[in-house]
Amino acid sequence: MWWIRACGSIWEKPMDTEKLSPRKGWRIAATMRRLADSDIFYSFCHSPVTVIAALVTLLIFTSALTASWIAPQNPFDLASLDLMDSHIPPAWEDEGDKRYLLGTDDQGRDILSTILYGSRISLMVGFLSVIFSMVLGVSLGIISGYAGGLIDVFIMRIAEIQISFPAILIALLVDGVLRTLLPDAHSAQLAIIVLVFSIGVSGWVQYARTVRSSAMVEKNKEYVQAARVIGIHPVLIMTRHILPNVMGPVLVIATIHLAVAIITEATLSFLGVGVPPTQPSLGTLIRIGNDFLFSGEWWITIFPSAALAILVLAVNLLGDWLRDALNPKLR
Amino acid sequence: MLAFIIRRLAQSLFVMFFVAMVAFLMFNYVGDPVHQMVGIDTSFEEREALREHLGLNDPALVQFMRFIGHAMQGEFGLSYQHKRPVADLFRERLPATLELSFVAALLALVVGVPMGVYTGLNRNGFISKLFMTFSLIGISLPTFLIGILLIFIFAVILGWLPSFGRGEVVTVGVWTTGLLTQSGLKALIMPSVTLGLFQLTLIMRLVRSEMLEVLRTDYIKFARARGLSNRAVNFGHALKNTLVPVITITGLQIGSIIAFAIITETVFQWPGMGLMFLQAIHNVDIPIMSAYLLLVAFFFVVINLIVDMLYYVVDPRLRIDLGKANGH
Repeated sequence: MWWIRACGSIWEKPMDTEKLSPRKGWRIAATMRRLADSDIFYSFCHSPVTVIAALVTLLIFTSALTASWIAPQNPFDLASLDLMDSHIPPAWEDEGDKRYLLGTDDQGRDILSTILYGSRISLMVGFLSVIFSMVLGVSLGIISGYAGGLIDVFIMRIAEIQISFPAILIALLVDGVLRTLLPDAHSAQLAIIVLVFSIGVSGWVQYARTVRSSAMVEKNKEYVQAARVIGIHPVLIMTRHILPNVMGPVLVIATIHLAVAIITEATLSFLGVGVPPTQPSLGTLIRIGNDFLFSGEWWITIFPSAALAILVLAVNLLGDWLRDALNPKLR
Repeated sequence: MLAFIIRRLAQSLFVMFFVAMVAFLMFNYVGDPVHQMVGIDTSFEEREALREHLGLNDPALVQFMRFIGHAMQGEFGLSYQHKRPVADLFRERLPATLELSFVAALLALVVGVPMGVYTGLNRNGFISKLFMTFSLIGISLPTFLIGILLIFIFAVILGWLPSFGRGEVVTVGVWTTGLLTQSGLKALIMPSVTLGLFQLTLIMRLVRSEMLEVLRTDYIKFARARGLSNRAVNFGHALKNTLVPVITITGLQIGSIIAFAIITETVFQWPGMGLMFLQAIHNVDIPIMSAYLLLVAFFFVVINLIVDMLYYVVDPRLRIDLGKANGH
């Protein structure tokens, strides 16, 4: 298989990085070489499923990012829509139209274009919620682990209560309450912020627990003791000294959490409490298409569903691989 | 043991107290209850009178105590949207959700454990690989997608199963059940598969990895050396020792089955609590929302408590440790 051969050729020629000239170009080359020599890269190349998953993820990410250039149609530009073109089946069916590869929906929007734009919203909400969860969880975890005492008890009690409820329920509840409190929550932008906040709040516990246990270990190491002795402010110790040393496992959690966040977003949108139809995510598209399933217009809902499933599967596979590759027990 | 139970009970009470506080805050401060109850032409004085009558002008602590008191008696006021007591609405819809959750959990256990054992024993077999691929799909597909796909295949294309509702139900005392009629059973198939699939794959993967771990241990090698039959080793020794984590996860998953029932009930228009809760969110029906929150929290707390007790039944080592280490 070509990728194993490609990896192998890099693998066979290890270069002495010490002797390289310190010029910038060389330094990048050296970093690349070190990456190519690493265990992680080796395990990546030797897992064909992971390579495929990475390629698929990359493809979806780039096509979502460049949606406005590569999409055949801008589905949100009302001028470009034609109601005469609505309900057209995919191009390979008898009544299909070549202009619309995957068919059109009830408003004459090209399904392929809505999927491209929709996955952009899904990915955006997913990433933002993961970042929100991560920042919240990591900060609370470090504070909890470093400060100890009452603060620790307080934070961990809340975490304990929250973890006994499924994340989707928390997200649903926070979302519901915020929508009631904010009168114009149905506007697209505010809805996205509300959604990011609810999904983010529902996912912080895992980060906090992991970081807390590593922070408790780091806290007693000499470098932290030394920093404390020379009078560095606790906030600085937490951010500059402990934080870099507890981030490893956080990245693994974040990858797996991304898949969960995308699913949660899609589910909330499907239930009608997520992204509004004016700026549909994949979940909203599936919800809209679901109404046409019984009239035989399966393409309106099945294609966005497939896109969502492939995206989540690929991210999940990457996360699984990363977890195993970084786990020293499994090497 | 007794000290442990008391401590766990106290912890559960604390959780319930916290959730009750959240529910109370929601009940009182999200939206204006008076505003929800009266029409537009109600005068300011009448509103104030109603406010006084409902006790909304009392100190928050008094109101909170009253809220807890009412909640303990299952009293959550009138639903804004249905104009009926919330307790009645829940009583009507509880059987549908519990039946669905129970069948889904049973399905997950009865199918998931044997599949896990099989894939653990024959880890490189073709069928095992098939199961593992299938389980990956089960974990990656969101619940609602599985539901839509099932509806598409079995209701739209093949026309075998009904796509919504509970079918005919029979009333037995206070309980309405769909388990006794043919259409009820037929209607139950797709929702319970949808709801149970994720738990099934989770249990299968868990049993598999636990089996793999246990099969590597010395006492299994010793049992084989003693010449015990494969069956005795695999089921008597290996499976038994995988049960503790399986019980934990299954217990916790029953809680999330009840939560995920919201999604399944929406997809299949199943007339349960989850569907009602979602409609309540759409219509800002706060009494239903807070009652649902409390009820689900109560379920979770009870399940967690039972799971913790089961540990001590299943794992004799814990009972000994408990005597020595005073509750840890």
